[in-house]
Amino acid sequence: MSGARKPLAALLVAGALSPALAGCAAGTASAPAGTSAATGTSATPALSGTVTVFAAASLKATFTKLASDFEAKNPSTKVTLNSAGSSDLVTQITQGAPADVFASADTKNMAKLTYAKLIDGQPANFATNVLEIAVPPSNPASIRSFADLAKPGVKVVTCAPQVPCGAATDKVEKATGTTLKAVSEESSVTDVLGKVTSGEADAGLVYVTDVKTAGDKVKGIAFPESDQAVNTYPIAAVGTSKNKELAAAFIATVTGSQGKKVLTDAGFGTP
Amino acid sequence: MNHRSGSGYTGIPPWIYAIAAAGGLFVLLPLVAMVAKVNWPQFVPLVTSESSLTALGLSLRTSAASTVSCVVLGVPLALVLARSPFPGQRLLRAFVLLPLVLPPVVGGIALLYTFGRQGLLGKNLELAGIQIAFSTTAVVLAQTFVALPFLVVSLEGALRTAGNKYEAVAATLGARPSTVLRRVTIPLVLPGLASGAVLSFARSLGEFGATLTFAGSLQGVTRTLPLEIYLQRETDADAAVALSLVLVAVAVAVVGLSYRHPHTGAAPERALQ
Repeated sequence: MSGARKPLAALLVAGALSPALAGCAAGTASAPAGTSAATGTSATPALSGTVTVFAAASLKATFTKLASDFEAKNPSTKVTLNSAGSSDLVTQITQGAPADVFASADTKNMAKLTYAKLIDGQPANFATNVLEIAVPPSNPASIRSFADLAKPGVKVVTCAPQVPCGAATDKVEKATGTTLKAVSEESSVTDVLGKVTSGEADAGLVYVTDVKTAGDKVKGIAFPESDQAVNTYPIAAVGTSKNKELAAAFIATVTGSQGKKVLTDAGFGTP
Repeated sequence: MNHRSGSGYTGIPPWIYAIAAAGGLFVLLPLVAMVAKVNWPQFVPLVTSESSLTALGLSLRTSAASTVSCVVLGVPLALVLARSPFPGQRLLRAFVLLPLVLPPVVGGIALLYTFGRQGLLGKNLELAGIQIAFSTTAVVLAQTFVALPFLVVSLEGALRTAGNKYEAVAATLGARPSTVLRRVTIPLVLPGLASGAVLSFARSLGEFGATLTFAGSLQGVTRTLPLEIYLQRETDADAAVALSLVLVAVAVAVVGLSYRHPHTGAAPERALQ
């Protein structure tokens, strides 16, 4: 009776008791500081070590590019990038995750850290983002404007009002007097995009930059009312950072001309 | 057959107890930490808010429906796997058990390409006027997909343990196969079936990844309790923790119900309350 069944049963219980493990926080451990630059002392002090950057999910592509540019320019540095939803990142930093730089997709989440006195100095706004309608390439519901989304029978997916992209959607709805009947209110903009690229939804409200990243998997339809809800992206050094010099240098790269170029290419606006 | 442990020599070296205690703590401590974080004065309003109750109701309804689907599909599967050897049986078992180890998100993607609007079956269902995407049916499908192996494994184990002697006797006495199944086999493995069903229910209740990927998230339609927790966490950590506790309580109750082995003496924590 017992023998072989017990371990199996134990395994099953373990499985049943672990419900929502999806939001596994991938806290990046800070790598040991790089070996001090052995390349002799030049006129400007060489930067070295590891800088850990916590960046909003929508910044993943641009920051990956900026990080490798930064490493190329400063050979004895290493940039460790951790991308997730801004509020996830705030939670991680509040719980002591080793971050040197935090770049948020909205000012609200940055304010949470400023309020908790975990930010060094003033956050700098470095980019803006607006909503755009994403439709499958064939545009099955013939969407042309924001008002078209409210037509009966159109399957539109939005972000839930609790997350930044949903708050922006809410603002646009209020400003235009249009009420959308979404078939799903997702908790992240990538989930909205996924529903559109898979063809499940006729349209989704995402950021301009998401449409650009998705390439030819979706078609973007810009709408003038989007300027009613402009999202501002702030960046700042985290107060507990052990390598403030490096953090400041990375922030300067993002806010400088090179950062501007990479961000504009990806569809971001300038604040 | 049913040897009793508990008295006398256990054969367990003392250091095993130390590691076992650490293992127990590893599971218990996070739960304790969560309970410590609960905002008790606000607990009742938080878990009885309209969105929470809607999510809880939806979770219970869909999990019940998934459990029924699991029994309907899983009992024949377990019977075939346990009783009739056929070529490819090992392979079939491996595939049936796959959702146990598959990340639920992967399950969700697979379901999307099967039942979605552009999916393998979804295309034809759409023509027939049946729309699964973004409906409660999608939630039940996702839950059934991840929970089915729990029922099959429990029941197959029970069937193998029970053996087929009684069934052979019944057959020699002239009972038809369907009668044997109804009057002998099923009653014999009823405890295994029940615990399998309870585990399926518990797994359905906790289902998150496949639902999020496949069904979407809309209050009252597809936003089950785990999805509600995930969303609440964005703005209201207190509500997320309170709802998590509700889910833990339901899961503990459900699993506790199905594992009342006579010799395990139940959970001491419950005896204390």
